[in-house]
Amino acid sequence: MYSEKAMKHFKSPQNMGEIKGADGVGKVGNIVCGDVMWLYIKVGKDKKGREIIKDAKWRTFGCVAAIATSSVVSTIAKGKTIEELIELSNERIVEELKGLPPVKVHCSLLAVDALHEAIYDYLTKKKRQVPEKLEKKHRRIIEEIERIEKRYKDFIKAEESLVKRK
Amino acid sequence: MIYFDNAATTMVRSEVLKSMLPFFCKKYGNASSLHSKGIEAKKALESAREKAARILKCAREEIIFCSSATEANNLAIKGLAFEAKKNGQNHLVVSAIEHHCVLNTAEWLKENGFKVTYVPVDKYGVVDLKALEKAIDRKTFLVSVMYANNEIGTIEPIKEIAKICQEKGVAMHSDAVQAFGKIPLNTKKISMLSLSSHKIYGPKGVGLLMKRNDVKIEPLLHGGGHEFGLRSGTENVAGIVGFVKAMELVLKEMPKESKRQARMRDRIIGKALDIPETLLNGHPKQRLPNNANFSFRFVEGESIVMKLSEHGIFASTGSACSSPKLEPSHVLLAIGRKPSEAHGSLRVTLGRYNNEKEVEIFCEVLPEVINELRRMSPFWK
Ligand code: FES
Repeated sequence: MYSEKAMKHFKSPQNMGEIKGADGVGKVGNIVCGDVMWLYIKVGKDKKGREIIKDAKWRTFGCVAAIATSSVVSTIAKGKTIEELIELSNERIVEELKGLPPVKVHCSLLAVDALHEAIYDYLTKKKRQVPEKLEKKHRRIIEEIERIEKRYKDFIKAEESLVKRK
Repeated sequence: MIYFDNAATTMVRSEVLKSMLPFFCKKYGNASSLHSKGIEAKKALESAREKAARILKCAREEIIFCSSATEANNLAIKGLAFEAKKNGQNHLVVSAIEHHCVLNTAEWLKENGFKVTYVPVDKYGVVDLKALEKAIDRKTFLVSVMYANNEIGTIEPIKEIAKICQEKGVAMHSDAVQAFGKIPLNTKKISMLSLSSHKIYGPKGVGLLMKRNDVKIEPLLHGGGHEFGLRSGTENVAGIVGFVKAMELVLKEMPKESKRQARMRDRIIGKALDIPETLLNGHPKQRLPNNANFSFRFVEGESIVMKLSEHGIFASTGSACSSPKLEPSHVLLAIGRKPSEAHGSLRVTLGRYNNEKEVEIFCEVLPEVINELRRMSPFWK
C-alpha cells in the first residue's frame, strides 16, 4: 500500500521535534478529526542575501502518510528560499514519496499547508506583506478548521445520544 | 512473526487442509449429479451437514451452507425481510455495533422502504435490553444482535434477548462469527445464526446460516435449487468439509484453549494499561477470551499497526485513517469514545497458534512503540 520511500520516512523520520524560539509556526488539522501537524521554521539568509528556511522541524499526530509527508516537507524546505517554497505543491511531495494511496493524498496537503502556515506566521510576525496566494490559503485553512469542528460537534452529539452511559 | 489478528482471519489448520484435499482432484464430483462420482460428493456434503446440525443442535435441513458469514447475514436479514413484507411487516431491529455486513444490509433495506431501529449499547458495548424491548413493535419482523463483537470482544446478553424476542413473538438472528469456538453458545431460542469458516482455522469462502424450519425466508440466489432452494449454486464440497472439520476441532479444544487464551489476554491488558493515557475498550469481564482492544491517547492507530508490523507483530485498528472512508470505527463511537480516542485504537486478537513467549515480546515492544509515536505527537509533552 505504501511505497518503500514512504515507509523509509515513516521508519526513520527526519527533523522530528520542535524549534525553541522558532521564527514561524504552522499549526494545521485538528484533534477531533485526527490529523494534526505542527511545523516550526527558522529563517536565515543565503550567500546571495535571499531569505531561506535554515531549519524546519515538526510534530505530527497522524497516520503513516502524515508522518512520512511531515518528514519529506521538512527535508525539502531546508535551504530553499521562501519564494520557492510558496510555490511548493502537494504533488511534489507525493512525487518525492513515489506516490501515496489515493485516500492518503489529503495527508500530503496537510504537510504543505503546515509549511505555508509557518511562512505566513513568519511574515505576519515581521509585519511584512503577505503574498496574495498565502493569504488566500490561510483563509481557506481557517475556514476548513471551523467547518470540521462544527461537523464533528454535530457528529459527536448524535453519537452521544446513542450511548447510554452507565 | 507474531500473528495477533485472529479476529480478521486465521491460518487453516493442517487437519482441516488434509480433510479437504481429496475433494479437489479425486472426489471432485458435483453433488447434484446422479452418477457415483456425484453420489460420492453428495455423501460427503450431507455427512458434513449432519455433523454441523449435531453441533448446533438443530435438524439437518436447518443448515444452509453458503460463501461467507456476510452472505449468511444478508440471507437471514433480506431473506426474512422479503418474506415479511408479504405480511405487511417492515421493521428491523439491530444493535448499533453490528458488523458492516449487517448494518449496510439494514441501510439498503431502509433505502428500499423498510424501517430500521438501531439499539444503543452502554459504555462497554452491551446492548441496552430495555431499549431493545421498546423498539419491537407489531411490524417488527426480526431482531438481529451479534453474539460477540468483532472489534471490542464484548459478549452480548443473547439469552435475554432471545427471551424477549420469544415473548414478543419476533424472530431473532445472531451473527456468531466471533463467538463460535471461543465461548459455549446458547442457540436454543435463536431463529437464525450465522457462522464463518475462516475465523476458526477453516478455509475462506465458506459460511453457514442455521435457520429454524418454522422461519420462512426468500432466497437471494435463484438457480438450481441447492440448499433446500435457499441458496443456489454448486456446493463448495471441499470448503464445506473443511469448515465442518474446523468446527469439530475448535470445539474439542475450546475448554482448554479459551482458558489459555484468556490468560494471555489478561496479561496483555494488564501490561497495556500500565501505559499512561490508555483506555480499555469493551467489557472488562464479559469479553471474548482472545480479544483485547485499547485506545492510546495522542497517537494514531495506523501508525501503531505499522510500527508493530516493523517488529513483526500483526494487529489491527479502528482508526479513521485506516478506514476507506476515513471514518472512525462505529463501534468505538457507539461506546462513547471520542473520535480522537477511536483514532488511537489497537485491536489484538489471539488464537491457538499464539504462545506466552509471543505475549511477552509484545508486552515489551508495545510501550516502546507508543512512546516513539507520542514523542512525534504535538499533544504529548
Ligand atoms: S492522518 Fe488520517 S489519514 Fe493520514
